[in-house]
Amino acid sequence: MGMAQHTDDLGEGSTGGDAGGGVASGHHLPEAVLLDYAAGAISGPTALLVASHLAFCARCRGDAASLDAVGGTLLAEIEPAAVAPALLHSVLARIDEMPVTAAPSPQNLAPADADLPAPLRRALGRPLGRLAWKPFLPGLRQVRVLADKGDVARLMLIRPGAAFPRHTHGGLELTLVLRGGYSDEIGRFRAGDVSVADGSVRHRPKADPGEDCLCLLVSEAPLRLTGWIGRWFNPVIPF
Amino acid sequence: MERERPQAGRDAQADLSDLVEAVARTRDRAAFAHLFEHYAPRIKAYFLRLTVSGAEADELVQEAMLAVWRRAETYDRRQSSVATWIFTIARNKRIDALRRNRRPDLDLNAPGLVPEPEPGAFQQLEARETAARLKAAVAGLPDEQRELLDLAFFQDISHRDIARSRGLPLGTVKSRLRLALARLRQAVAEGEDGS
Repeated sequence: MGMAQHTDDLGEGSTGGDAGGGVASGHHLPEAVLLDYAAGAISGPTALLVASHLAFCARCRGDAASLDAVGGTLLAEIEPAAVAPALLHSVLARIDEMPVTAAPSPQNLAPADADLPAPLRRALGRPLGRLAWKPFLPGLRQVRVLADKGDVARLMLIRPGAAFPRHTHGGLELTLVLRGGYSDEIGRFRAGDVSVADGSVRHRPKADPGEDCLCLLVSEAPLRLTGWIGRWFNPVIPF
Repeated sequence: MERERPQAGRDAQADLSDLVEAVARTRDRAAFAHLFEHYAPRIKAYFLRLTVSGAEADELVQEAMLAVWRRAETYDRRQSSVATWIFTIARNKRIDALRRNRRPDLDLNAPGLVPEPEPGAFQQLEARETAARLKAAVAGLPDEQRELLDLAFFQDISHRDIARSRGLPLGTVKSRLRLALARLRQAVAEGEDGS
């Protein structure tokens, strides 16, 4: 695949290849990201992308569950620390006060977005069509979803056949394809696939023809456009 | 760090599963009290390791144990050990507390877009079998790997920060963690072959 130069710094993962058959997915999350997710040491935007990919990807869900099991093992082994003596009573008292309710009601999520992962729909809080999309570059629209700890999650909508200007990254960038697909120098990505890029990756993603490509992007630091047109746009990338 | 701990054995794990199921089925308070006795001090130790202050740790322990009560129905012994289930609850409680409203609500039971999760490497055995193997494998890790695994799970810091705080190159941290996880995976996989 010739991907090693991109993933060496990121742990393993993201292997596979062109799925070819229209089904996700050859491209997975790096183990390092899954580990930080399992440990809870991860920003909100990255957690959102991880949870969204897990909705698509049985393999990564299995890996995430395995890492949870490591956490469980460490918890079972930890040297216990005494809790306040009255704590159990206080918990039981709170249980008594608890209203007898069913599980929290599922969010009323727009049926139109049923193909999107539930964690993402919950984070958006409204149907895609009612988000404050902003024109970004020709053929591209974007909307900011979440920011935390210097990470930003954005949705990017790319018209069929449109290309993102060639760019590199100030930090780690994760892209999850939600609808449609795109290709770049790294490979071909379809719904459910994750692409991992950092400063060593310079690419020009181009949406597949025939269908809008919808992606969730999480970046650590602003993108840096590298082509002449890109450099001209650099100062105006809303971030 | 204490490394060798007495063998709790599989029966103890099985009993803990029974307790959660008793809470789920009949709202069994005695069973809940046993669970509390066993896990509350461990959850507290976990929070303390994550540098939550003492009083706040007790409050979070309450929150976590309340969630154990409320969500007992969602526990599935085929999917995970009780320790793993409670670990994810405690982890999420703390994240909620830290980043109120800033982290999306990542419901563990959110339906996936793919129907059946493939069993992960650690899930192909029954969960408690796996838990026992994992426990032995963790105990057998070299100190440097065990220490990093502890840091990864018990401090709210990413790989990058671990590297910084240990004065180690990021690549070293990653490769040690990767080795540790590979060893754990292998130990579990060997169990599956019946060896």
